[in-house]
Amino acid sequence: MSDVTQTRHVPDRLNSRAARIFKSWEALLLAVAIAIFVINSFASPYFLSAWNLSDATFNFTEKAMIAFAMALLIISGEIDLSVASIIALASTAMGLALQYGAGTSELVIIGLTVGVLCGAFNGFFVTVLGLPSIVVTIGTMSLFRGISFIILGDDAFRGYPSSFSWFGQGYIYWVFTVEMLFFVIIAIIYGVLLHKTNFGRAVYAIGNNPTAALFSGIRVDRVKFILFLLTGLMSGIAAVCLTSRLGSTRPSIATGMELEVVTMVVLGGVNILGGSGTIPGVVIAAFVMGLVTFGLGLLNVPGIVMSIFIGLLLIGVIALPRLWAMVAARRKS
Amino acid sequence: MTRLIPVRETILGGAILVLLLLISSRFADFVAPSNLANVFNDTAPLIILALGQMVVILTRCIDLSVAANLALTGMAVAMINVAMPGLPIPVIIAIAVLLGAIMGAINGVLVWKLAIPPIVVTLGTMTIFRGIIFLISDGKWVNSHEMSPAFTDFPRMVLLGLPVLSWAAIITIVLFGIMMARTQFGRSIFAVGGNPHAAVYTGIDVGKTQFWAFVVSGALAGLTGYLWVSRFAVAYVDIAGGFELEVVAACVIGGISIAGGIGSVGGAVLGAIFLGVVKNALPVVNISPFWQLAISGSAILIAVAFNARAGRNKGRIILKEAEATQ
Repeated sequence: MSDVTQTRHVPDRLNSRAARIFKSWEALLLAVAIAIFVINSFASPYFLSAWNLSDATFNFTEKAMIAFAMALLIISGEIDLSVASIIALASTAMGLALQYGAGTSELVIIGLTVGVLCGAFNGFFVTVLGLPSIVVTIGTMSLFRGISFIILGDDAFRGYPSSFSWFGQGYIYWVFTVEMLFFVIIAIIYGVLLHKTNFGRAVYAIGNNPTAALFSGIRVDRVKFILFLLTGLMSGIAAVCLTSRLGSTRPSIATGMELEVVTMVVLGGVNILGGSGTIPGVVIAAFVMGLVTFGLGLLNVPGIVMSIFIGLLLIGVIALPRLWAMVAARRKS
Repeated sequence: MTRLIPVRETILGGAILVLLLLISSRFADFVAPSNLANVFNDTAPLIILALGQMVVILTRCIDLSVAANLALTGMAVAMINVAMPGLPIPVIIAIAVLLGAIMGAINGVLVWKLAIPPIVVTLGTMTIFRGIIFLISDGKWVNSHEMSPAFTDFPRMVLLGLPVLSWAAIITIVLFGIMMARTQFGRSIFAVGGNPHAAVYTGIDVGKTQFWAFVVSGALAGLTGYLWVSRFAVAYVDIAGGFELEVVAACVIGGISIAGGIGSVGGAVLGAIFLGVVKNALPVVNISPFWQLAISGSAILIAVAFNARAGRNKGRIILKEAEATQ
């Protein structure tokens, strides 16, 4: 686009579908995921093993379940920083129920119910009282985990029934875990919900312009409230899986997970300011994050150093396209 | 509108007084001047950080990296002290402030030049800074016997009846009072947060003001990093973990609007003192310290709900029905 004649050129058709897909964020992300996979398989001889790769999925399945709901919430222009604390509270509630002799099905029901109630609590403050979601969820982040600390102190709940361990430790077939099955089902449900239903269109509309969405007949508050409920529910499901996998509950469970969930969503190409993003993007981002942390783990990199990579990834994926655009703009002028 | 702000502070001040009265009715020793001075001293780091955070929030940003910045600076100066025990304290403090300011500047540049949302930037730098502490310290602790006596004694040194740590908070309060009310920078912070578009038309560079707000917040986090590590005489990866939430809580309780442009130095200080009193009163009234997290969470929610109610009436409502349903 350097000479004058080209800038005046008006295209008589849009880019083909294939070209658009090829140039999309998701395609770039997929290339990154494949590159990481290849690098990892050269870096460590233990990487290319079905069982190791199966173990690696635990790195992201629970976070990704929440990330799908969070993606919708962020697309609608809100955020929920309390998800990790909801996990703590739901897990504590399950542990408490266990002390009173609850069985596996009751435990799951209690975990999910607490998740939904926490989501409703957030949703009430944001939609009914009209408060900014970032402050509300910073508050509930302290409140929910605080309640766990009040109940548990520095103690822990243990002794979950063996049938309960199916959720976090079970296998469906060969190396495919129960959590992986949940991950796939939830991904499909959210993909359909966001991309194929009126509800999904409403979520985009609200994120782009809430006032216009309101005037075009979308019940903005109701949609947002449902999104908070969904995020709470997903946190409840993640709490069931995580508690089942760890086999115990401490009030510090899942500390800092909200950051990784938000990173996953943003890495997946969801605009943090709302209005755009896709579920396939989040799915690939989940794999990228899982592969990075697993690969580094095989190379004996400690967890806290991995968090540097996650932090750099979060800032890098947003900064690089913008830097690129700035450079391109400068070259053009 | 200007009249409303003192009202909010009076209510918060009244709440703190009621809290103190309730505690003193059963535990009279708590309100003894010497104990109150202790409570203030214990709250000093929170006050300093809350003032830095206030400046950032006023410009419509948020800085979640302050606690990690504090911990990294603290670890850095502790290791410098171990390597060079002879280095005088003013030099150490200068290094701490500079290091903190550099970290703040990194946040600021990303927000200013690349226009990345502040919450994303500071969530990212929060984890990066924590990770760097592990890298430079190799996960080891720096303990009190490795630090020089001058290094650990400074914040405890008593001047005119109060320790240096308390004086640091008092000086910061005074400087911020002057800065916010009397300097061009202070006024431009309110202008940027109140209406960024209008600020541009009055000749204020919005991004640059936000950049300097992050630098101020970072510099204060650096200063607090030294004070924190020397006061507790230990430095490790996880010091002040989660403290950024307490800092934001102090600001929110102090009536600083997360949407920017509304807030005052007095509010931030009172918000911090409120949390400080609660924290120090819990063991006295025999409530488990595990309650603290839930209490500060509830305090944030109550404060933000209350402030939104108070602030809503004064705004001009153009589209009444749209506002009501939203």
